[in-house]
Order: sequence, then C-alpha cells, then structure tokens
Amino acid sequence: MDKKIKVLVAKPGLDGHDRGAKVVSRALRDAGMEVIYTGIRQTPEQIVATAVQEDVDSIGLSCLSGAHNKLFPKVVDLLKAQGAGDVLVFGGGIIPDEDIPGLKAAGVAEIFLPGTSTEDTIAFIKENVTTA
Amino acid sequence: MSCTENKARLAERQEQWQVMVEKALARFPERKENFATTSGIEMKRLFTPADVETIDYNDEVGFPGEFPFTRGVQPTMYRARFWTMRQYAGFGSAKQTNERYRYLLEQGQTGLSVAFDLPTQIGYDSDHELSDGEVGKVGVAIDSLADMEILFDQIALDKVSTSMTINAPAAVLLAMYIAVAEKQGVSSDKLRGTIQNDVLKEYFARGTYIFPPQPSMKIITDIFSYCKDNLPNWNTISISGYHIREAGSSAVQEVAFTLADGLAYVDAAVKTGLDVDVFAKRLSFFFNVHNNFLEEVAKFRAARRLWAKLMKERFGAKKASSMMMRFHTQTAGCSLTAQQPDNNVVRVTMQALAAVLGGTNSLHTNSRDEALCLPTEDSVRIALRTQQIIAHESGVADTIDPLAGSYMVESMTSEIEAKALKYIEKIDDLGGVVKAIEAGYMQQEIGDSAYAYQKSVETVEQVIVGVNKFTIEEAAPENLLRIKKEMELEQLKSLKAMKANRDAAAVAASLKELRRVAESGDNLLPVIVSAVKTYATLGEVCGVLREVFGEYIEG
Repeated sequence: MDKKIKVLVAKPGLDGHDRGAKVVSRALRDAGMEVIYTGIRQTPEQIVATAVQEDVDSIGLSCLSGAHNKLFPKVVDLLKAQGAGDVLVFGGGIIPDEDIPGLKAAGVAEIFLPGTSTEDTIAFIKENVTTA
Repeated sequence: MSCTENKARLAERQEQWQVMVEKALARFPERKENFATTSGIEMKRLFTPADVETIDYNDEVGFPGEFPFTRGVQPTMYRARFWTMRQYAGFGSAKQTNERYRYLLEQGQTGLSVAFDLPTQIGYDSDHELSDGEVGKVGVAIDSLADMEILFDQIALDKVSTSMTINAPAAVLLAMYIAVAEKQGVSSDKLRGTIQNDVLKEYFARGTYIFPPQPSMKIITDIFSYCKDNLPNWNTISISGYHIREAGSSAVQEVAFTLADGLAYVDAAVKTGLDVDVFAKRLSFFFNVHNNFLEEVAKFRAARRLWAKLMKERFGAKKASSMMMRFHTQTAGCSLTAQQPDNNVVRVTMQALAAVLGGTNSLHTNSRDEALCLPTEDSVRIALRTQQIIAHESGVADTIDPLAGSYMVESMTSEIEAKALKYIEKIDDLGGVVKAIEAGYMQQEIGDSAYAYQKSVETVEQVIVGVNKFTIEEAAPENLLRIKKEMELEQLKSLKAMKANRDAAAVAASLKELRRVAESGDNLLPVIVSAVKTYATLGEVCGVLREVFGEYIEG
C-alpha cells in the first residue's frame, strides 16, 4: 500500500481569514491525505519547523492579506536552508495574476485562486508529490 | 364568515391545490428535492395564512420604534432619513486614505469607516518584525497620533460620524481619535461614531486578538464606562456577526453567535456594576448580508426581535433604547467572485436591497473587484451609487418594513429566531461564550457549515454564476489597485522621524503610568489618552499591556 501523503496547511503572517485553509484541510483529509493545520498567525520559521519536524511531503500556504510576496518565498528559502527543498509548496488566496510568475520563480509550485475546486488542489498534490 | 370557518375553508382549498400539485409533479418534477436554506430552514412550496396563525401581531411583530422592534428601531425609519451610507476604506498610508475619505464624502457618503492594516489591528508598529510585508495592505497603517492627525486632516470630526474596525487595541485608537478631535477644537462629547471593540468573535472567526479573554473583557468594560461619562454619543462596541458569516456560518448561526457574544458583554458590564439602562443604548451590531434574499430579510427582523426579548428577560432592561438593536450591514465579501467580476455589482445590489428591507441603520456595499484586490475609486463609486439608487429611485424606503405580513417572511422570521435561541441555549449549557470558544464549539459549527457549502458548490447543487456555471474564458483583470512597495519603507521612515522628534521623557513617563494603572485594575482609558498625546506609539502602548496581561495563544 502507498504511504499516505502528508500535507501541512499553514497560515503565514497576521491574516486571520482561515475559512479557505480549513476547507482545504478537510478536503485533503477526505481525499485520504494526512493533514496538519497550523492555525493562524504563524511565522515562516514556525511553519518550516513544523514541516521539518512532521516530515511532510507538501505545504499549502494560505494568505489573503496581500503579504504573500514576502511570506511565501521566505518559507521556500527556509525549507531549502533546512535541507527540505524537496517539499512541494503551493499557495492560495487573494493573489493578483501578475504576482504568480514571481512566486513560481521563487519556488512556489502552484498558486490556486478564488473559485478553485478542492478537486483541482487534490489532483495537483497527487500528481506532484513523490512519496518515495 | 367566522375565523374557524375561514380556517376550515383554507384547509379545504389547500387540499384541493395539493391534488393539482401532485398532478403537476407527475409531469414536471421540481428542480430540487429539497429547497432548504443553508441554515437548514425549509423553503416550503407555498406559505399561507396557516403558517403565521400562531404569530401574534401585537406581541411578535408590533410597530416600528416599539418593542420588540421587529419592524425597525425608529418610528418613521427611512421616511425621515435614509440609512447611513458608510463605505469601509483604508489602505497604504494615512495620507492616501485621507484622500479616499475626502473623495467619498464629496460623492455623498454620509459616514466614514476606517480599515486598519493588520499590524495596527494586532497592536504592532510598522517597524515590528511581524509587520514585514503587511504594512498598509488590508487597511491604513497607524503607528501614532501623528498618523491619525493626517488620516483626519481637513475632516471636521464634529460633522462626521466615524466607524473604526478595531478590536483588541480599540482603546488606543479611540484615544487617538479623541486627541485629534481635541486638536481640532472638538470636545469628546461631540464625537459620534463606533469602535468595533468586539474581541470575542476574534477568537473564533476573525483572528486579530492580542490578550486572553479575561483582560480583553476588562478593557471592553473600561471603554463602556469611560464613554458613558465622556463620549455619550459614541457606540462603544459593534457586536459583529459579519466575520462569523464570512468564516462560513449559516444565517442562523450568525444571529446566534453574535447575540451570544452580545449577552456576554452585557453580562460582564453588569457584573462590574454598570446599570444596563445606562450603557446598553450605546451597544451596536454589525451583520453580513448574503445571497439568499428572503432569508436575509427575515434574519434582520429576527435578530432585532430576539435581542429585545433577551435584554428584557435576562437583564431586566426597562428603557426601550436598551432593547433596540441598531446595526450596520455589509454585503458579503465571501459571495464576490473573481470570475466575471462585473457580476458582483448585481450581487451587491440584491444584498443591499435585502439589508434595506431588513431595516439596517447603516450600510457598506462591496466593490466589484474585491475578490481580486482592494477596490479602485471607480469600483467604490459604483458601490456607493448602488445604495443611492436603492434609496432615491427604488421606492422601497418610502414605507416601513414593507415585507412584514408576508406569510413567508413572517414564518421565516419566527423560525430563525427559534433556531438562534436554541444555539444560544446550547452555549449557555456549555458555560457561556468563553467556555464555548475554549471547547471549539463555534469553530466546529462554522467549519462544518463552510465545508458543506463548499461541497454544494463543487457538486453544483449551489450554482455560482460565472464560477461553476455560465463560465467564459477571461483575460486577466486590469486596472487593479496595488499598494506600492515603497509605501512600507516610507511609513518606516516617518515612524523613525516621529520617534526622534518627540519628548522621550514624557513618553517614558506615560508608559510607566500606563503599566501602573494596568497592574492596579483601574480604568485604563484616561492613561491611554494621556499616553497617545505624548506620541507614544500603538505598539508601545500595546507592548506594555502585553507584558501586564499576557497574550492569547490559539488552542
């Protein structure tokens, strides 16, 4: 049997809008993944520490406050610094289209915008996580 | 014909109609098997006088301006004065936001509503490490009185009413507002406005808490007490269901959890020795208005009625003003779509109409582009015009509570009231709101509703036009409002300059006095007002309080 995919859903920064993060967490769980939700108001350092400690395959970052350009790349950089650069990082929130190329160049694998079906997120994780 | 004969005839007619319905159903099945609302209230095929038979008009519906205020809180409602048109706004620096306010006032807006950035809402200055990337993003950055002076430059504070969406640090921002007014020569008794100051919902729906519940409740009752003596026209709290709904609750849960929070504040104030008939008239509320038009209209009527009854029954309120629920409404941000964003104008129009038919006292209409970014000036103007068109052109404001007496609306009003009361009693059983938060009760209920809603959208049981049906290929949206990166740097520069120019000894002395009062348990407001006048920053004042009161950590 395949190992369960382990995902950390996290809310970096000061933003308290966690409806999306919680809905996605539940949908991933229903899709058979093991999900840890950090709760709100986490620093990139806290998120990466949890990710490393829990040995997750993927991190989903949710930010609706507009601070994504600072926070998402910081998480990716810290992961690399901890030797966990293989963790698949994706994000979601109120993110302008024009920011997406920059976030991808910084190492965020995919950005999901408002109106995305949770099925799409699930499919993306299954296709891109390598649980070796 | 007698009443009994009428009833018998109605029942007979309904049976005959049912036969016709069955025939119709055999040929044309209905669109859905179940037409329930997201609150689980059944939308019956047809409502008749039988559905309102048990509702006593005099006791349950009554007259506008009279208990239980089902039909509105003022005797003449919008015939005298329309609701306050109040657009929530704030972004970037105080200077940018001041420009937007003066634009909105020029366009006929009748009240201001301040959106603060997240560092301000959580009591951090712009130069705090956790503020990095968040400065000026979701609202205006306010570090000290110096920013507040710019924010209200050339706006006469004795002429305008101002609502401030600020919770954990509400006392500090209110103190700055008082200080700005004083500089304008306006005494605090002339000030009209509202601070949100509703920390309980921050723990389970919005997230900008600082202190643990107990000191938070203490600061809130300090504000009640201070305003009663110094700002008699100020709404000391805006007990908010808006964010509960945005977090995913149903309409019934929104009413229930908001009123439960309200009861907790009243209870805390009464326990400190305040007279309910003195402070309760300054309590105000804030609701969401979502898509289900009829349920929303009924929701507002039910909320007013239930609050009036609870204030009378639980706290022995005697004055009508202590029992009347006055509220602001905002159209549902979570209902806006990033896809085909112009459709949002139509959604907002219908939501706003429901709020007006529900008797709101003030209203914010969202802008079409808010699923994408902060609203541009053009979008905000359309949103404001939407309210003006409803007010001046639609005619709905010319008679009071026009949907009263609708079998459906009255029946739904009673059902929402009953279901919300059940939730409140459940929270009572758990030991009150704070205990219920600690047990994760509201969080679980809201999460369940949010997830069920998402599922219904994904199965297309709930159609969202332009998202899961009637979709088109769209180009990336253009002309969005962006906060420039330089803004954060400029704010840091001005904060540094301000700190270099103030009287450091006076700041230190005021913070020392603040610590002493915080430790003593005396009312904090007078010392906070003194501290902000020395240009002590928001972060410095909240920093002292953090040290004395501790910080809340999400469980």
